[in-house]
Amino acid sequence: MTLILDGVGVRQRGEIWLDDINLEFPAGMTVLIGPLAAGKTTLMRVAAGLLPPTSGRVLVNGKDVTSISVRRRSVAFVYQQFINYPSLSVYENIASPLRLDPSFPRGEIDRRVREVAGLMGIGELLGRRPAELSGGQQQRTAIARALARPADVLLLDEPLANLDYKLREQLRADLKDRFADSPGVVLYSTADPAEALAFAAPAVVLGQGRVQHTGDVADMYDRPPTLAVAATLSDPPLNLLPGVVRDGRIECLGASFPAPGAQGSGRHVVLGVRPHQVTIERTGPGGLEFPAEIRLAEVTGSTTFLHLLLPGRRHLVAQLPGTQLFTPGEPATAYVDPAHVFVFDEAGGSLPAASAAEVDLHG
Amino acid sequence: MTGKGAEELAPAGATVAGGQVAGEILTGDVLAGAAREAPGEQDASRADSRTKNNRAWFLVLPVVVSVAFTAVIPLMTVVNFSVQDIFSPTDRIFVGLDWFRSVTRDPEIRAALLRTLLFSAQVLLLEIPLGVALAVSMPRRGAGVSVALVLVALPLLIPWNVVGTIWQIFARGDIGLGGWTINNVLGVNFNYTLDSTDAWITVLLMDVWHWTPLVALLAYAGLRSIPEPYFQAAQIDGASAWATFRHIQLPRLRGVLTIAILLRFMDSFMIYTEPFVVTGGGPGNATSFLSILLSKIAVGQFDLGPAGAFSLLYFLIVQIVSYVFFTVLTRTGR
Repeated sequence: MTLILDGVGVRQRGEIWLDDINLEFPAGMTVLIGPLAAGKTTLMRVAAGLLPPTSGRVLVNGKDVTSISVRRRSVAFVYQQFINYPSLSVYENIASPLRLDPSFPRGEIDRRVREVAGLMGIGELLGRRPAELSGGQQQRTAIARALARPADVLLLDEPLANLDYKLREQLRADLKDRFADSPGVVLYSTADPAEALAFAAPAVVLGQGRVQHTGDVADMYDRPPTLAVAATLSDPPLNLLPGVVRDGRIECLGASFPAPGAQGSGRHVVLGVRPHQVTIERTGPGGLEFPAEIRLAEVTGSTTFLHLLLPGRRHLVAQLPGTQLFTPGEPATAYVDPAHVFVFDEAGGSLPAASAAEVDLHG
Repeated sequence: MTGKGAEELAPAGATVAGGQVAGEILTGDVLAGAAREAPGEQDASRADSRTKNNRAWFLVLPVVVSVAFTAVIPLMTVVNFSVQDIFSPTDRIFVGLDWFRSVTRDPEIRAALLRTLLFSAQVLLLEIPLGVALAVSMPRRGAGVSVALVLVALPLLIPWNVVGTIWQIFARGDIGLGGWTINNVLGVNFNYTLDSTDAWITVLLMDVWHWTPLVALLAYAGLRSIPEPYFQAAQIDGASAWATFRHIQLPRLRGVLTIAILLRFMDSFMIYTEPFVVTGGGPGNATSFLSILLSKIAVGQFDLGPAGAFSLLYFLIVQIVSYVFFTVLTRTGR
């Protein structure tokens, strides 16, 4: 089972929603990750047949289905909102796609409904209506509806985004088990890097309607090929600092670190640092040191986000473990290990600047 | 402070609790006294906030005064009329519930009540399904939306007596387009000034023409609130248009349809202007609804006593039926 998007583009009212998408999805799960308005939903709607592409073709198992109506395709869709038929019981909701599929054997419906309801952990709730369920149970019902009919292409569009985080983690684990060896193509979209990493599936990074990168999520997280990929896969957001290459070193706001791989003296670069890699205590020699002023400390319980003002009015956020109290206005020193600094050229491409330090990263 | 706590508890009506607190303080149990202090202070602060809240009633005063002047006092005047036989402003006799008895026994009023109930039932049976059908077939997006909205809303913008005048002329067999077409093109003898059935049909059609748009607009607003993914999900399932309507659109229309049914019942049950203009209640009594009869008794014959009793009963019927509709509609399918 394969799904191929061949040069797919979507334009609406002069705006480019998708631009020349060339992707091949094998059987099993693929994660689509991208920020808001990256084109994830549009791509899924094109893949489902809900939105005809302005250009390009959609192929399922090598067969061009671009012009085939969604009604006659074998697809299932799970939305971010919990979409169920409000007047039908959970049982009837799950059964409805089966009843409407003339090729599905009538006698099998009851067995199948109970099977998928059991898989999604809602076997006890079959008699209830969607309004009598919690958000997590409603979404489980919606996913069970999508799973009931064996579909060639299953599309899950940020299915966990509207759930609170406990339910999200629980349902994410269930879904991971469920889709590990699915015979059909499963596309799962999310804006949450943690979710993409948790699935450990091949991933497509989307941004501004284009494919930014494809590959293994953990790989992309460790060695982001572009600034866009690094930013998409960083939550909390990536800190960006300006740097200049000078004689095999990179200078940044008065500090510098060796970068044997960086070419061209005087070249401007962008440095990316994840907040959890910033500390306010010296951890080892050779780190970058920045004198800073404390602006704000956000305490969430398990972590404290410290907003710092660096020289040149640059902002830096440090994610510190535990609950730590700070007084705004006081001075502090921010330390960053060069091994954890991503260096990008001004176009956003990755530079092998800190190559010497990369050993540390995996050591 | 501990003493104050006990004092605050006692007037709250809990004499037993107050005694307990006092007793504990007297035994010199300082810890218990300190523990009791907090609830005592809470009570005190609650009493404070109550005093402050009472001033808020002054803000409601303008509403109370205006409602009293515009609704309660006039209604009481009607109650006053309904229990007296009034010959002149200085000459009146208290008659108790006599007028209510005579009104409920009056065959003319009973016939008008049945006629009005039948009319309201027919109005609801025609306008609600038609309005929903109209709303479902209206476009959901694009330039057609505004066009459809304006076209549908048009009858609602016409004053009621003008609607009556339009239909009075439209349905006439000699010069009206509708009446002439029925008589001369369809070859059916149609004359609403002579035939009671024709008059009834004319008034009913006029109401459907005038008020179905209201139901349609309410239903359309309800339909517009359904998120697009519901329709996509139905499409993916391969659901038919009827199944989509039955299982996605109709359940979402419950709220607006409750309002539509209530509004249309109350309004059709009190219909006055349009039949008054078109038929004047005739021919004979064929279209003389409760309101037309009431105005005849109250304004035409100036029988204030029976008219007062009649008005109160009329008011009560509207209230009761609306309550029943509301209760049934909000409870079914829950």
